[in-house]
Amino acid sequence: MPLLASAELDQLIQYIIIGLSNGSLYALIALGYTMVYGIIELINFAHGDLFMLGSFLALTMLSWFGLDKGGSSASTFYISFSIAILLLAVPIFCAFVNAGVDYLIYKPLRQAPKLAPLVSAIGVSFIFMNIGLFWYGPVDVAFPSLVTREKVFPSSSIQFSYQALMVIAVTVPIMIALTVFVKYTNIGKAMRATAQNPTAAALMGIDVNRVISITFLLGGALAGVASVIYGLFNNTVSYQMGFQNGLYAFTAAVVGGIGNIPGAVLGGLLIGLVRSLGSGYIDEKWTEAMIFLILILILIFRPTGLLGARVREKV
Amino acid sequence: MKSILKQILQFWAVYYLILLGAVPYFFPADSRLEIATKFNSLMIYSLLALALHVIVGYTGILHLGIAGYFGIGAYMTGILCTPIFPFEFCFLYLIVIAIVTAAIAAVVFTAPMLRLRGDYLALVTLGFGQIIIFVIQNMESITAGTQSLSPVDPALVPKWSYPLFKSLGFSETWLNYDWKIFPNFYLLTLLMLMLVYWLLHNLEQSALGRALVALREDELAASCMGLSPVKLKLIALALAGAISGLAGCLYVTSISSTAGPKDYGFNRSILMLCCLILGGLGNRRGLLVGAFILVGYDTILADILNTQIQQTTWSTKVKNLLQPSNWKFALFGGVLILIMRYRPEGLFPAQRKSRAVKTPLESASQSTVSPQGSVSIAPSNSPLDSNSAKQEN
Repeated sequence: MPLLASAELDQLIQYIIIGLSNGSLYALIALGYTMVYGIIELINFAHGDLFMLGSFLALTMLSWFGLDKGGSSASTFYISFSIAILLLAVPIFCAFVNAGVDYLIYKPLRQAPKLAPLVSAIGVSFIFMNIGLFWYGPVDVAFPSLVTREKVFPSSSIQFSYQALMVIAVTVPIMIALTVFVKYTNIGKAMRATAQNPTAAALMGIDVNRVISITFLLGGALAGVASVIYGLFNNTVSYQMGFQNGLYAFTAAVVGGIGNIPGAVLGGLLIGLVRSLGSGYIDEKWTEAMIFLILILILIFRPTGLLGARVREKV
Repeated sequence: MKSILKQILQFWAVYYLILLGAVPYFFPADSRLEIATKFNSLMIYSLLALALHVIVGYTGILHLGIAGYFGIGAYMTGILCTPIFPFEFCFLYLIVIAIVTAAIAAVVFTAPMLRLRGDYLALVTLGFGQIIIFVIQNMESITAGTQSLSPVDPALVPKWSYPLFKSLGFSETWLNYDWKIFPNFYLLTLLMLMLVYWLLHNLEQSALGRALVALREDELAASCMGLSPVKLKLIALALAGAISGLAGCLYVTSISSTAGPKDYGFNRSILMLCCLILGGLGNRRGLLVGAFILVGYDTILADILNTQIQQTTWSTKVKNLLQPSNWKFALFGGVLILIMRYRPEGLFPAQRKSRAVKTPLESASQSTVSPQGSVSIAPSNSPLDSNSAKQEN
């Protein structure tokens, strides 16, 4: 006798798969927040809107490839080739926009009080939103479903689609690569040193400004990857999705302990699960409020996050 | 001679407020009503900006959810007034209830957040504002969800007092008179704005106001002097909540509906923050100018230009591109970025600070011994002001 009726169990597994897939996308965005916060203690409010711009660019590029109405007539090779190009071009775009914004707007405010760059970041977020508004207008835009929703294992009752497989196949290697990069390369070591103490790092001969630029590049690239995959997985984009997903991702970063890279991944997966299980078993309309409530509660009662490696001044 | 002129000009904020009352009369009678509606919302947003000023300017908390309190006041009014529900309170009650609930909500919901500081606190207030929106959106049976509650047309005085008024010689027609028509409600809003402005002016001269300023300048030093930071912050929050509740009540009554949850969202909060930052943080008078420029652009100028552009024969694409209302996010964002970068003290730096820089002794004696009507006891170290932070370092 199984513990749960099998239909219910399948349903649960289905929610968990959706939750983990979306969660790993939140994790990619959250990594951008957490790395930037770890180094210059800035909540990069514009990060979510950068993610939105990334998916808009992906959509525009798909229309160049003639795939924006769906890829039913195109060959599989052509589709995977264009997705590969998207996964290369969009992250590069996002990386340079992110680093450019840092250079132009946040860098002059490094010595200013902490809230000045935050307010500027809100300003950048609004400007990005306005660009998005002009790009595709104020309505939801359909993103072509280029990867099929068919099951990977047709015989099994569990709905594990190729879309979910794609999300995992892209995000997991990236996270592993990032961990290796931060842990073992010279730049990664420089990043960790700068995060611990910028002054000491500078005294040790680390070019702090370069490290900050690289962090912004990396964060932007991760958001770019997430934006392409998000479009392919969820199939709608809008100019407002940056604000919402950005806040989810920020919540994920905070849940995991801001400044903590494994924490951001864990937090992202948790937020994804909360969202899909909440939509499935409680009520979809309350899930967003639930996530904000989690953000508030975590910040108030455990500001160092679940993993809480980094103990900062009283936040 | 020059000093007399200067003394007269010192009160420009007061002249501005009086001038606001006369503005509709500068326009021809047929467009007067429309203009009055727009300036009415300008005044209501000025009120909301004053509420945010109490939090950001006095306590230094970067609050990103002020529109949440505004929404609480607005929906409280809407629920207790529309005929769908059995309450149908009169305006006198509504205004008190809106003020009290918003103040209580501000204290109850924000008090636990005061453990946090700086950027985290800012994010939490943002989350709070969003939760209010979701609650309004989802409690459909009470708030009509994404729709709006209407009509909000309360009577001015409660029904039971009608015989009393009649015995005082007021006729039946007077009592059923539509008190919201043109100059009445407009002047009421103006009166409220003046009242709050004057209240804050007096507050800044009082011991409480000085305590709040001391708290913002240096919390540790202030608490060493025996001030209780938590208590002072809660007082400021309650006051800000009360003013936002008042603004919410006036807003809903002026447009006769609750206008849906989107009106009380993050964009509104940021617009208010923009007004404050543009005018100069901690400067009550600068805020009026900031609100005049930004809200004026958003609700008055953009509307007029939009209709002008719609009347042209250009293609829709060009029309969309040129419409000023499509540019408002970029404008607000640009204001935040440019001000932070080039003039963190705002267009109108707080007066006491510039005095303190020029003549330290004189200003100290002026602001403490003989607080002149116009000397605003304003921050010398607002949270976003890099110059003063550098001086400190």
